[in-house]
Amino acid sequence: MRVEGKGRIDRGAPLRFTFDGHTHTGFEGDTLASALMADGVRLMGRSFKYHRPRGVTTAGSEEPNALVTIGSGARQDPNIRATTQELYDGLEARSQNRWPSLGFDVMGINDLAAPFLGAGFYYKTFMWPKAFWEKLYEPVIRRAAGIGALSGEAPGDKHEKAFAFCDVLVIGGGAAGLMAALAAARSGAQVILCEEDRACGGRLLAEVEEVDGQPGADWAAALEQQLRDMENVRVMTRCSVTGAYDQGTYGALERVAHHVGDPKGAPVECFWRIHAKRAVLCAGALERPIAFRDNDRPGVMMAGAMRAYLNRWGVVPGKALAVFGNNDNAHRTARDLQEAGVHVAALIDSRADAPNLAGDVPYYAGAQVSRAFGRQGLEAIQIRLPNGKVERLQVQGLGVSGGWNPSVHLSCHMNTRPVWDDGIAAFVPGKDAVPGMSVAGAARGRFSTAACLQDGAEAGQVAASALGFVAEVPQVPEAEDAPYRLRRLWTVPGKGRAWLDFQNDVTVKDVTQAAQENFRSVEHMKRYTTQGMAPDQGKNSNIGALAVLADATGRDIPETGTTTYRPPFVPVSIAAIGAGAEGKGYAPERFTTSHDASVSAKAPMIEAGLWYRPSYVPRDGEKTWRQSCDREVAMVREHVGICDVSTLGKIELQGPDVGQFLDFIYVNGFSSLKPGKVRYGLMLREDGTVMDDGTCARLDDNTWLMTTTTAAAGQVMTHLDWAQQAFCNKLQMRFVSATEQWAQFAVAGPKSRDLLNALLDAPIDDASLPYMGCVSVTVGGIAARLFRISFSGEHAYEIAVPARYGASLFDHLVALAEERGGGAYGMEALNVLRIEKGFVTHAEINGTATAFDLGYGRMISPKKDCIGKVMAARPGLVGEGRQQLVGLRPVSAIKEMPAGAHLFDDGAEPVRENDQGYVTSTCFSPTLGEVRALALVRNGRARHGEVLRLVDHLRGVDMRCEVTDPVAFDPEGGRLRG
Amino acid sequence: MRLTCPNCGERDIREFTYQGAASMLDRPDPEAGPEAWHAYLHLRDNPAGVTRDLWHHGCGCGAWLVVTRDTVTHAVHAVELVEARDAG
Repeated sequence: MRVEGKGRIDRGAPLRFTFDGHTHTGFEGDTLASALMADGVRLMGRSFKYHRPRGVTTAGSEEPNALVTIGSGARQDPNIRATTQELYDGLEARSQNRWPSLGFDVMGINDLAAPFLGAGFYYKTFMWPKAFWEKLYEPVIRRAAGIGALSGEAPGDKHEKAFAFCDVLVIGGGAAGLMAALAAARSGAQVILCEEDRACGGRLLAEVEEVDGQPGADWAAALEQQLRDMENVRVMTRCSVTGAYDQGTYGALERVAHHVGDPKGAPVECFWRIHAKRAVLCAGALERPIAFRDNDRPGVMMAGAMRAYLNRWGVVPGKALAVFGNNDNAHRTARDLQEAGVHVAALIDSRADAPNLAGDVPYYAGAQVSRAFGRQGLEAIQIRLPNGKVERLQVQGLGVSGGWNPSVHLSCHMNTRPVWDDGIAAFVPGKDAVPGMSVAGAARGRFSTAACLQDGAEAGQVAASALGFVAEVPQVPEAEDAPYRLRRLWTVPGKGRAWLDFQNDVTVKDVTQAAQENFRSVEHMKRYTTQGMAPDQGKNSNIGALAVLADATGRDIPETGTTTYRPPFVPVSIAAIGAGAEGKGYAPERFTTSHDASVSAKAPMIEAGLWYRPSYVPRDGEKTWRQSCDREVAMVREHVGICDVSTLGKIELQGPDVGQFLDFIYVNGFSSLKPGKVRYGLMLREDGTVMDDGTCARLDDNTWLMTTTTAAAGQVMTHLDWAQQAFCNKLQMRFVSATEQWAQFAVAGPKSRDLLNALLDAPIDDASLPYMGCVSVTVGGIAARLFRISFSGEHAYEIAVPARYGASLFDHLVALAEERGGGAYGMEALNVLRIEKGFVTHAEINGTATAFDLGYGRMISPKKDCIGKVMAARPGLVGEGRQQLVGLRPVSAIKEMPAGAHLFDDGAEPVRENDQGYVTSTCFSPTLGEVRALALVRNGRARHGEVLRLVDHLRGVDMRCEVTDPVAFDPEGGRLRG
Repeated sequence: MRLTCPNCGERDIREFTYQGAASMLDRPDPEAGPEAWHAYLHLRDNPAGVTRDLWHHGCGCGAWLVVTRDTVTHAVHAVELVEARDAG
């Protein structure tokens, strides 16, 4: 319900929204939680395991209970904390983890079964029979447990990621953070101030107190504006810093448009990577509960949160309220409620000697709340008086305070453990926990506003000064400076279940039981009970659970230690972290200059790395890919074909020492290659296996052009960088990738020279351009490079022009080819042509194959060293035991020889122990009129003529084939040279 | 994590690729024998403390770098160009 005259909401701006289909009205400035509380809604969710009714517990991002789903369809966003979701007109929210409704949840039966579902129940109950785990137990548990669900659709909202840089990053815009930012900003340093909330101020927005003679929230708003007006300051509100990483890198999640109904094209969230030379952590502190019987009833909340709802949003959870605490700070809640005219039924302080600081309210010193009543909402509490008697009090809301825990999280992200401070009974950040980061204010246990202001101002000054800026500590305004006094109280003893971790349903008894079962290490206890493993990561429960564990194991808290704090501080959606990396952002498309022509010709495009290449180029009347492919192969063998080979890596090398460098890179010699000549080369990894192959042309004395396979272009470039910089840095040479600068086309077939002579400005012949030669030519006045090389076994060329002429040249070449009975061919035909010739690709260069295996052992020059040479010669990489490249032809009625099929001795059982090798590539050869394949077969070169059994267990093929030479067509190579 | 490339200045880790131990720079003589080559290719220290790695600035200048860093504190002590070594 609303409290008149309270809150910083705009009562002139009503906003309509729905919760579980019911329409409600809130105001501008409300969160979903405050607006629901205003309408008397206390039940907001069901718990993870027992499906217990739960209500809002906090007023911040640490909220464990009030998790809802926002939106629907592709825009469905689950597990949104109602406490941070700003209200907007038209907001649709739904409760989670309940069926059929929030008020009546069938799975609430779990709560009755609680005796069987305690700590470690997964490990005890579902052990047997083993087969039931996957089929029965796990699906049932997964359906019953859990929180919100994803829609299953692609995200309907845009997400973004961005980088930012600054001198000083201030994390948190409360009293300390504002002063830290001001101190650093005045020195001229570039400052980023990140504040999780919609506005700066922190606790000042939730308290009744004055700073510099004005309401704290007004003072904060004015200073925020002052900072925003400085051009060296960037104030980022709605931005949670989620992690501290190496070398001053911080992750941050900005809710750019999560608080509006229509993002108008803006991303809902942006994930920032902020690099800061210095950072000041001013993350404040989080209030912790006290565990007592049924302390999870809706209406029981943190005392500080109750105060925030009253002072900031003008709402309370009921007509009669009570406050229970172990420290002075809790008294403020009773005082503020009382002053606002709300009925305070009791202020209960567990300390017998604590004076009442709340004014005229019923005060119970030395008493404890020992039980809460009411299932779907708090109806009454039971107070245990100092004399042992109990009293029952009707209330609808109870504020609880067990003290405050500094938000040390980010200070622990680089593995420094926090340090126990006995004075405040809490952990504070360890010294120099994150290089370049200091901690100020409540985050290091300075709890009064005055202390926070002073501490922040000094930390900001120190951070800027450390970077060489002339910084001064600004004048610190006057503010509240009350001492923080508490006497520790973690649990109220008694029967029944007292809750520690609301989000994962862990009770005091669960932790005690874990200790009894010898899960005494805090990390073991955590995993056994699941305490702290829910989305809130134990922000509300860790210290309480630690204290219970310490007590149960007879140790103190520092000795018990904490679990590891890991990023992110608040949940971050994968969509935000991975923004831009889905779809084409994940795998960009690379198109050749002939792409449009291929697409116009209705060629199906297939991926080759990031490139797209035509699979085949269909003609009228062709119904299957095989018809097109067979026709294209015949076209190349009989006439002339055109194929875009621009995707092959092209690396241009220049300098007098390139030959010497290539001798070190390739297994065969290159320094002897004459200008105008091309040579096939094979390069190894240092472990002796083949890395890549390709041709390398010497264009003139000092200019060379290496080609790589399409797949390995990047790898080869990195490899050349390595070899040159690590081992050849005295050589006079440089190289650069030229893959995208040149469009290159294969012109293959008996009529290729005839075609080229119709194209080139000056004709060529065998004398001017013999096999494995290269020349500079001109095409219509354009300088081009012409290589006489072949990947088809035919008389063939590759012609290269600057990429801007590629599309035009391709069209021209195809037209000339079609005049001669040929045309464009695609990847399928290219593959058939090379299999017929026994040329290898990365199907054969498979990462384990050596030069010896591929039949190229003799290429390794004995006259020089090269990368991989020594290891290629070691025992085990050569010899009869190796699988060697062979050809296969069918000899049984079944002709199919699928790639991936395995080979066995004829008559042998087709099991792994008898494996002789496998098929690497296969095709129907229209030239030879039968299926042909390449394979790697144990000792294969000595087995030509032998018949093997070929079995493909996946496709159900079992046939017999003959081992042949890999070169099935024109073994003498007469057609190449012709 | 950030590295300061001697050519390009301080850059985000996404521009670099880790490429293994810097001992790959100590390539044995071809005649050094199988034990030396085996150690060079396969045997690596796994120190808790200072380590020297190779990184490739593939999304920058293409330089191979020797990075001296601490596996415990994650401090980066030095970034040097492989090419600046006195070798080859």
